[in-house]
Amino acid sequence: MKNSTWNFIVLSTLIGIFIAYSCYLYFGKGTSSSSAPHMSNLAIEGEQIWQNNNCTACHQLYGLGGYLGPDLTNVISNPQKGEIYARSFLNSGVKSMPKFDFTEQEKDALIAFFAHVDATGYYPNQYAEFSKDGWVKIKYK
Amino acid sequence: MIKKSNLNSSVLFIIFGLIALLIAALIGMIISFVYINPDLLKEVLPFNRLRPMHTTSAVAWIVLTATGGIYFYLKNIEKVEFFSNTLIKIHLILFLIMGITIYVCYFFGVLGGREYLEFLPVLIVPVLIGWVFFGINYFGSVWKKIKEGPVYYWMWGTGILFMIFHLTEAHFWAFTDIRSDYIKDLTIQWKSYGSFVGSWNMLVYGTAIFLMSKMKNDDGLARGKKVFFFYFLGLTNLMFGWAHHTYIVPAAPWIRYFAYVISMTEWIIFLNIVYIFIKNLGQTQRKYYNMTYRFLMASEFWVSANIVLALLMSIPSLNYYTHGTHITVAHSMGTTIGINTCILLASVSYIVKKLNPNNWEENLSVYYAFLVFNASLFVFWISLIVGGIYKAVWMSKGSDVTFGQLHNNSSTIFVIFILSGVFIFLSLSVIVYHLLKDLGSKIFYLDKD
Ligand code: HEC
Repeated sequence: MKNSTWNFIVLSTLIGIFIAYSCYLYFGKGTSSSSAPHMSNLAIEGEQIWQNNNCTACHQLYGLGGYLGPDLTNVISNPQKGEIYARSFLNSGVKSMPKFDFTEQEKDALIAFFAHVDATGYYPNQYAEFSKDGWVKIKYK
Repeated sequence: MIKKSNLNSSVLFIIFGLIALLIAALIGMIISFVYINPDLLKEVLPFNRLRPMHTTSAVAWIVLTATGGIYFYLKNIEKVEFFSNTLIKIHLILFLIMGITIYVCYFFGVLGGREYLEFLPVLIVPVLIGWVFFGINYFGSVWKKIKEGPVYYWMWGTGILFMIFHLTEAHFWAFTDIRSDYIKDLTIQWKSYGSFVGSWNMLVYGTAIFLMSKMKNDDGLARGKKVFFFYFLGLTNLMFGWAHHTYIVPAAPWIRYFAYVISMTEWIIFLNIVYIFIKNLGQTQRKYYNMTYRFLMASEFWVSANIVLALLMSIPSLNYYTHGTHITVAHSMGTTIGINTCILLASVSYIVKKLNPNNWEENLSVYYAFLVFNASLFVFWISLIVGGIYKAVWMSKGSDVTFGQLHNNSSTIFVIFILSGVFIFLSLSVIVYHLLKDLGSKIFYLDKD
C-alpha cells in the first residue's frame, strides 16, 4: 500500500476513536459528579450571574480562571469562611473587585452556585495520595 | 510579477492580525499594573472587561495571521486556484465585524463569562460560519492535492476542522443536561480549550514546516514517514491530551490516567527536537530570509523550553502543585508569545520579503527589538514560574497566610513581571511598526501575473 493510503487509514482510525471517546464523555457517567449530580435552578441562575459579570476573570473554580482573587471552589465549606463570609464580599468592592450592586435574590443565587460547586469535590485536594509512578489519587466527596 | 491592482484579502488578514497583536500587548501591559495597583481603572474599565479584551486580541492575532498566511501561501506560492475568492473576502469582513462587535460588548460590560471565551455565547455563531467558509474554501481548493500533499496541507486541514468542532464543543454547556452537571461541564470545558489551542497549533506549526521547507528549498522536509508520524502524534495529543488539565477534577480516574499516558508521548517529540538540534548544530542556512530565520530559531528555543515545562506539568504529582498557579500562565504565555508569535512573525517577515525584496530586515532597530523581545520574554517567563512556585508552596501548606497576604508578599515578583511585560510591548511595537509599514504599501496588488 502507498504511504498516503496508510496516512488516510491512520487518520480515520484516530477520528473514529476520538468520536467514540467524546460521546462517552458527553453521555457517560464517568464525567458526572458522584456527590452532587444536579444543580438546582437557583444554582444555575447563580452561575449565569457569575458568567454575566465575568467573575472568572479574577476567580478560579477548580483552578480554572484568573489570578487576582482567591479560588472559590470550597469557600462555603471552609471553616474559616462560609456562606455569611462569602456573601459579605459580593457587594464589597474589595481591592480590585468591582463594586457590584447585587440584590438579596441575586446573592442567594450566587451562594447556591458556590454551595453546589463546593459539594462536587475538593480543591486544592488536601487529602490526595501520591504514588511512585507520579500518579495522584484524589479524594472524592 | 506582483502588480498594484486589487485589494488583497490575505494581506489584510495579516494587517488586522498585527494590529490585534499590538492591542493584546498594550492591554496586557496595562492590566498587569492592576497586580500592584488594584484601583487602577476600576471605575472606568474594570479588570473583568479588560482581561477579555487582552485574551481575545491575542487569539485574534494568532488566528488572523495564521489564516492570512495560509491564504497567501496557497495562492501565491503553491499556486492553488481558489474555490472562491469572494468567500475569502466574506470571511475577512465577517471576522472584522465580529471582532468589533465583541470589543463593543466588552467595553459596555456585556459579557459571556466563560474562561477564554468571555464574549456572549451567541456571537460564536457568525465566528463559526467564518470558519466554515474557510474550511469550504480550503478543502474546495486543495482537496485533490491533499492525499499526496506535504504534511502542512494535512495540518492546516485538520486545524480548520478541529477548530470548528472544538469551538462548538466549548458551547455545549448551553444544553441543560450538561450545564446542570457541574463536573461534566467542567471536563468538557477543559476538553474544548485544550483542543482548540491544539487546533490553532496545527495551523501555526503547519506554517512553520512550510517556511522551513521553502527556506531550505527542500520539499522532503514536509513529506515522508517520519514527519507524518509526528503529525499523528501531535493529533493524538490534540484529541486526548487535554485531560492533563483535569487531574484535580473529580471525574472518573481512568480519564485522567489515559491523559497521563498520552501526555507522556510528548517526550518523543522532545527527544526528536534535541536530536535535530544536535544534528544541525553549526549549520547555517539563513542568508536570504534573515529575519524569518531568526524568528524561527527563537521559536525553536521556546518550543524546547516550554515542552520541558509542559512535560513536567503533565506529571500528576507535579501538576498537583502547578495547577491554578502562574506556572500555568508561564506555559500559556511561553507558548502563545514564544512559540506562536515567533512563528507567525517569521511568517509575516517571509511574506514581506516576498512582496518587497528590498529587505526591511537589515533595519538595525528591528534586530535590536528582536533581541529585547526575546530577552524580556525570558525574564517574564521565569518571573511567572517563580510567582507560581510561591503560590504552589502556599496552597500545599494550607497555612494561615491569607490569599491577600500571599498576593502582597509576591509584589517583587509582580514588579519584575510587569517591567518585562513593558519591554515585550515596546519591542513588539517596533517590530510590528516596520512590518505594518511595509505591508501597508502592499495591500493593493494583483495576486497573479
Ligand atoms: C477584578 C477582579 C475581581 C472580580 C472581577 C471579582 N472579584 Fe471577587 N475578589 C477579588 C479580590 C481581589 C478579592 C479579595 C482577596 C482578598 O481578600 O485579599 C475577592 C474576594 C471575593 C470573595 C471572598 C473570597 C475569599 O475566599 O475571601 C468572594 C466570595 C468573591 N470575591 C466573589 C466574587 C463574585 C461572585 C464575582 C463576580 C460577580 C467576583 N468576585 C468578581 C477580585 C475580583
